[in-house]
Amino acid sequence: MAASSETMLKKPHVGKKRKPPTRYWERTEEDGKNDGKKQKEGDNNEQTPQQNNTRTKKGGKRGGKRGGAGKKVISGKSDPFPGSAPVPEEKLKKFRRGVKGELPPRPQYKLRDVVIRSEAASDLAQKQNARYDLMLPEDAGFLEGDEDEDTCTISQDDIVDAVDITAGAKYFNLTLSQFGPYRLDYSKTGRHLLLGGRRGHVTCLDWQSKQLMCEMNVMETVNDVKWLHSEALFAVAQKKWLYIYDNKGIELHCIRKFNDVLRMQFLPYHFLLATASATGFLQYLDVSVGKEVVAICTKAGRLDVMAHNPHNAIIHLGHSNGTVTLWTPNQREPLVKMLCHQGGVRSVAVDKTGTYMVTSGMDKKLKVYDIRAYRPLQSYFLPAGASCLSLSQRGLLSAATGDIVQVYRDVWGIPVTKPYMAHRAKGSVWGVHFCPFEDVLGVGHGEGFTSMVVPGAGEPNFDGLDANPYRSAKQRQEWEVKALLEKIQPELIGLDPSQLSQVDHSTWEQRHEDRVQVLGFDPLAKEKFTPRLKTKGRSSSGKVEKRKKQVAHEDQRDVIRQTVEDRMKIDKERKEKEKKKAAAAGQKSALDRFRK
Amino acid sequence: QHLPALTALSPFPEFPYFIHIHAMKVKVLSRNPDDYVRETKLDIQRVPRNYDPSLHPFEVPREYTRALNATKLERVFAKPFLASLDGHRDGVNCMAKHPKSLSTMLSGSCDGEVVWNLTKRECVRTLQAHEGFVRGMVVRFCGTSFFTVGDDKTIKQWKMETPGYGEEEEPLNTILGKSVFTSIDHHQKEGVFVTCGQQVDIWDEQRSSPIRSFSWGVDSFSCVRFNPVETELLASCASDRSIVLYDMREATPLKKVIMNMRSNTLCWNPMEAYNFTCSNEDYNLYTYDMRYLDKPFTVHMDHVSAVLDVDYSPTGKEFVSASFDKTIRIFPKDSGHSREVYHTKRMQHVISIKWSSDNKYILSASDEMNIRLWKANAAEKLGLLAPREKAAVNYSQKLKEKFQHHPQIRRISHHRHLPKSIYSQTKELRVMKEARRRKERNVRKHSKPGSMPVVTEKEKHVVTVVK
Repeated sequence: MAASSETMLKKPHVGKKRKPPTRYWERTEEDGKNDGKKQKEGDNNEQTPQQNNTRTKKGGKRGGKRGGAGKKVISGKSDPFPGSAPVPEEKLKKFRRGVKGELPPRPQYKLRDVVIRSEAASDLAQKQNARYDLMLPEDAGFLEGDEDEDTCTISQDDIVDAVDITAGAKYFNLTLSQFGPYRLDYSKTGRHLLLGGRRGHVTCLDWQSKQLMCEMNVMETVNDVKWLHSEALFAVAQKKWLYIYDNKGIELHCIRKFNDVLRMQFLPYHFLLATASATGFLQYLDVSVGKEVVAICTKAGRLDVMAHNPHNAIIHLGHSNGTVTLWTPNQREPLVKMLCHQGGVRSVAVDKTGTYMVTSGMDKKLKVYDIRAYRPLQSYFLPAGASCLSLSQRGLLSAATGDIVQVYRDVWGIPVTKPYMAHRAKGSVWGVHFCPFEDVLGVGHGEGFTSMVVPGAGEPNFDGLDANPYRSAKQRQEWEVKALLEKIQPELIGLDPSQLSQVDHSTWEQRHEDRVQVLGFDPLAKEKFTPRLKTKGRSSSGKVEKRKKQVAHEDQRDVIRQTVEDRMKIDKERKEKEKKKAAAAGQKSALDRFRK
Repeated sequence: QHLPALTALSPFPEFPYFIHIHAMKVKVLSRNPDDYVRETKLDIQRVPRNYDPSLHPFEVPREYTRALNATKLERVFAKPFLASLDGHRDGVNCMAKHPKSLSTMLSGSCDGEVVWNLTKRECVRTLQAHEGFVRGMVVRFCGTSFFTVGDDKTIKQWKMETPGYGEEEEPLNTILGKSVFTSIDHHQKEGVFVTCGQQVDIWDEQRSSPIRSFSWGVDSFSCVRFNPVETELLASCASDRSIVLYDMREATPLKKVIMNMRSNTLCWNPMEAYNFTCSNEDYNLYTYDMRYLDKPFTVHMDHVSAVLDVDYSPTGKEFVSASFDKTIRIFPKDSGHSREVYHTKRMQHVISIKWSSDNKYILSASDEMNIRLWKANAAEKLGLLAPREKAAVNYSQKLKEKFQHHPQIRRISHHRHLPKSIYSQTKELRVMKEARRRKERNVRKHSKPGSMPVVTEKEKHVVTVVK
């Protein structure tokens, strides 16, 4: 096609000289000619001059660059993009699992073969995934201000004016001043909203179509509300006990083993409801069978700060002495105890990948930790301190200070100085929650509920088999069965969820011991030196001992010689490497003059 | 300590009164439901995928759970027994596969012989071939006729087709030999067959006397087999505990290996021309490389009584063995222990075994006059699979393979219920073996170093190789 368009160019158009836009694979006329000559020299015995000419005109620069593997087709043209399209490196990186190990040595050819094959398969899978990722239909939202305009000054009304009606309808207020303040929770698909007012008002609704599913007053204090695995069931932590309701508002269970619950977290892949109570108990309820898995007495007083790590299902509890503790159902002691704040911890949030933890405390600080290394990354000072924190799927942080909700972007990167967005709610904020797969932040406050539009908060492309906001009842049922079948047992919760796939390296000693026991002898044992019995009176016990010692010394000397040689070799290599590095660096520093 | 203070933004005094015409750029996620919901009820549901690993947490524990479930289901669905073909009036002594038709199978009993149709599970034809035992039978490579040998010292060739109405059931050919024949096998491509008895005879179909006879100081052979790949090679088991190899083109045998105990039968690997497996009286099977006969390269243990017959799968990856202990075991060709054991209450000593040419079924003939049809893969679903079913089976297979060494999965996948006699015998054998090993260890400990060399299990069973 390119060739034909350029041949057209040669013909003079009447009065008009319009060039088609140059494509990046097309080259300038001169370039092409030069290249054509070169090619002519290269393979003149194969190609007729005519063919050469056509090549000159449309000769693919990229084709040439990529090994010149441009296959010729019958028509004489060559493919300007030979081979498969390249996949961007960062996309590949996203789908990389683990690191490639070294191949086993040649003698273990069977194992080597297996490793080579499986690595080829995983490479292929990685590449295919990355390719598929390029074709995902939706792009994430964003908000960019004018020059020298802060995005935090843009009000919700302005955003609603600027976007389409369906997106604009996601900003709304529910005025519920009677029974507030409200706690809230979004279901896993982001489709359903559950609100629980402090004075007993519990309601759940499909917030996008604004359809009310149920509304009731439990006539008791409500401490927290939580959806269970699907939108058919939810848990309400009331004044005394924990209750389970269905989406019609019918009370299904009153669980008396769980008393004085203040905060709840649901672990969707384990079907576990973790609760933290005023009496200092952390309890786990298996909602698939309705049994208590474990009740752990944390001995840390009233537990009203709780978060869970979506990456490894570990529960984070914040305490009034400024520590954050990490818990699994398998251990009665905390896995980790971190001193995060001076003064009590007010709120904790963990990001989706399990890398960062954000905490806020009574000392009015907002801190970001790397929880893989337990290392503080950033520390910010907020004049009013943040009472509630929430992290979105794409890493936006919302912090509520009094009645103002601020949203920050990239708190773990370069220190931020200004929020990304801000919004003043009508009452003091009691709970914030980002809606999954939507650019929406739900804010529960004293005067009701506000759904706020935060561009760029939600993951744009959901996975239909995992959490599908548009699923039908039938799809939900099938998903439920599948999810229950692959429910992860609570025993598998640990700091590293991928540990199951790693090789259990029992120590060499252990394996050796087993081998000795099976074989009945030690195959690696060295024969002990027993000196030959010399007759004619020279073999007194003292002399025998002396000869033994001599041999032992010689053995030892061999070992020492070997290690010294090895060390020398390593030292030499290191020195050479350093020398090379210095030579590569080339420049002398000012301090080099003092070096001899 | 330096803290980046956020003072500039905390309260917004002018925030509610902020009036400004924004020239901002904004995009908010707004999906069109039409892209995600099916148009009509006749369509299939749309399932958009996103393979981002961060959207799929707990990858490994979930896979592990799936693998565990798959392993349990495999055990639940493991129902290998398909059918029992009864009709013989005496113990079944030998069987033969049809090379061209999967559904046809021949069996010879101690008093006559029968042709079976497997798909209908019924007997198609019965004929009185020999007086006394039918010792061996083989179908010609073209599938049009078959040969039988019996205790009445005759070799008979029969037509595969059922004789028409009024025709008499008569052999095409009858050869009267000098002694009893114990086994017969046919060449893969030519009209040549081999029998064994007091010696190994190679016959041309056109002649009534053998074109070649081999004997090597032994008076009795129990089994002889042509190599299916290197078609001129033969192997036979002799009663002097030896396995003898021959080349049909040469006048003398190639070499032989003498073992501790007698081998009953042998079978060549149909994919690896130089490998064969023999079933031995000492409860084991041995896989040999015919180039290096000084020790077998695998010893297959698990049977608790003499192994009577062995047959390879057409893929050459596994073989099945029949034993006097009333069980059938399936071994991977390079593993020392069986992956599967089949038994029923009524099955007695299994005399003959065949793996069907489509790699899916196993046929066993036993003492109590029955032939049994088994699945080669106990949990396999028979019949046509939908593509999604096939994909699911492949996926769970891969998962099982990935997590096979995890203790829980290993325990479930290896568990087999065994009849009490076999269970206790296995235990007894284990104790005996352990005692022997302990004794050897003690003897070694108390004898002169080097005088009691360590002999590996593979070396133990071979006496010598003669060329």
